[in-house]
Amino acid sequence: MSAGAAILLIVGRELRLSFRRPDQLLQPLVFFLIVTTLFPLGLNLQLSLLKDMAPGVLWTAALLSSLLSLESLFKGDADDGTLEQLALSGQSLTVIVIAKTAAHWLLSGAALVLASPLVAIALGIPSAAFGTMLASLVLGTMTLSWLGSIGAALTVGLKRGNVLLSLIVLPLAMPLLIFGAGATDRAISGTSPAGALYFLGSLCIFTCTLAPFAAAAALRITLD
Amino acid sequence: MWTWFYRLASPPFVYRTAGALMPWFLAAAAATIGYGTIAGLAFAPPDYQQGDAFRIIYVHAPSAWLSLFAYTTLAVAGAIGLIWRIKMGHAVAAATAPIGASFTLSALVTGSLWGRPMWGTYWAWDPRLTSELILLFLYVGVMSLRSAFEDPGRGDRAAALLAIVGVVNVPIIHYSVVWWNSLHQGATVAKIGKPEMPGSMLWPLLAMFLGFMCFYGAVLCMRLRGEVLNRERQAAWVREAMRS
Amino acid sequence: MNTAAEGLGVEAVHVWRGDRHVLKGLSLEIDPREALHISGRNGSGKTTLLKVACGLLRPEQGRVTWRGRPISEVRSDYQHALAYASHEPALKGDLTALENLRFMVGLKRRSSAAELASCLERTGVASCADLPVRVLSAGQRRRVAMARVLGMRAPLWLLDEPFTNLDAGGSEIFAALIAEHVSGGGMAVVVAHHELVLPTAARRLELPG
Repeated sequence: MSAGAAILLIVGRELRLSFRRPDQLLQPLVFFLIVTTLFPLGLNLQLSLLKDMAPGVLWTAALLSSLLSLESLFKGDADDGTLEQLALSGQSLTVIVIAKTAAHWLLSGAALVLASPLVAIALGIPSAAFGTMLASLVLGTMTLSWLGSIGAALTVGLKRGNVLLSLIVLPLAMPLLIFGAGATDRAISGTSPAGALYFLGSLCIFTCTLAPFAAAAALRITLD
Repeated sequence: MWTWFYRLASPPFVYRTAGALMPWFLAAAAATIGYGTIAGLAFAPPDYQQGDAFRIIYVHAPSAWLSLFAYTTLAVAGAIGLIWRIKMGHAVAAATAPIGASFTLSALVTGSLWGRPMWGTYWAWDPRLTSELILLFLYVGVMSLRSAFEDPGRGDRAAALLAIVGVVNVPIIHYSVVWWNSLHQGATVAKIGKPEMPGSMLWPLLAMFLGFMCFYGAVLCMRLRGEVLNRERQAAWVREAMRS
Repeated sequence: MNTAAEGLGVEAVHVWRGDRHVLKGLSLEIDPREALHISGRNGSGKTTLLKVACGLLRPEQGRVTWRGRPISEVRSDYQHALAYASHEPALKGDLTALENLRFMVGLKRRSSAAELASCLERTGVASCADLPVRVLSAGQRRRVAMARVLGMRAPLWLLDEPFTNLDAGGSEIFAALIAEHVSGGGMAVVVAHHELVLPTAARRLELPG
């Protein structure tokens, strides 16, 4: 079976599995909304001042809720033994990683992007900046899924792997936060966000091309 | 031609060589650090801008440089262990990680002590110090990952992969932090600026760099010997070595 | 020892798990029309040996060959030629039995739903085809896993404790399926704790503890 067909088959399975557990699908999204609520509550700011902090708040919340869903990227399959079957299916591990990560982004990253305008309004981000915000979130969540797949592959099967996963992925994700929030910030203040978006884009491409190989190597180490 | 490379894979060879090199590294470190400290503290003139406060650069700059050097060593040694399956590579990586983390910590502490007289605060999110902080997180990540595995072989390989991913990201992280800092620059120039360096300031600094490198080499040899003994504790040569 | 040019060969394989030397220079070979029964006490390395044979585990020393070539060179072909059943049934609980089969078999070869349904029938769980696996009993899951092995139509079967949780009827069915596979030109390596009664004579390999 060709790699492309295999990817479609695996993505189809991931989507089917997720939609049979809709509550688990929604949990990271709810987490995203809760975390964004924490900041105004904790900081007690008026809407006009909140706007300055909004990009950072939005992005931090997106980062944290993406991390939450990353743990389940490989864990389910590793626990019930299906990961081994995938590794023996005749498809390379890299193809399997690409398929599972793509499915993961569709289920969590895309959901975040769709929910973000709601959160943006709540935080006072002007609608003129929405385009940049959405673009930065799309690129950023994609990059995070790829980066996170490496961390998820390294920590699958460890007790309390979730904490270690965050410990590993967050430092590597800091450039994303900087450029994503920075781009949105510039869009709000009126300067051009193009430079930041281009860098985010190149980061995304860089990660997308290299991360699958690293994650596949990490899975090989885990399966050993 | 490759025989010398594969000899590196032999644990007894590594153990003996590290033992032989260690005293030389220590002696060189003592000499250069001794010179650097005395010349830097006593003989170099005070900087016209920063006064005597700049002298902490004699510890800060080498620490920062070594924190990066050690991380690169960590990644390269791990890669050798992962790609060529040479176990001594993993031993070097495991030995060097805590040393590098200590240098990072030292760079952070000396950096914030340096910042106090200049910025009035111990921490002002200076881009270089922030990068060092993130580097510390990367070190902690690698060390935690290695120890989280029950099977030490798996832990070594996982930590090696993470170190390689990290080393690729270090330049990206550094550039991002610099860009971020340029966005939010306040009225005060919050950077640890290198002062203009006449010879009497520069030579002690170079000596300190060299001395720190030798010190790193010495401590690495020491820890490496311990790592090798621990990893090879089942082997006959270890029992012989312990007896003698 | 002649290399098994038509089947699986494991040559002088050493595996360490931490400090434990689990497999000490183990060798085996299996040709078409042969069944190999691997037994041994807990911890003797039976599952480790199967994983090495699959290619999931790289041995520190030694190698595994398939049809004379090292499996690292012919990875994709080898994986298409083998069907591995691990200790766990390896099924997704939220998918039905048929969906599980369609997915796992589908990655390797084209098959029709009717064909997979008949595999389920042969292992005695045709009635479970449209039930989510999580509601099935342990024995039923084991049978669905075996149906997956059947569906893959692979010459080499690597089965780890396939008779676990089966009743007497199920064990008979499985033994017959293995015998049928072997006499039809296939190969089977079966790890089984207890006494294995295969209609065809199987070679026996006892692993030292």
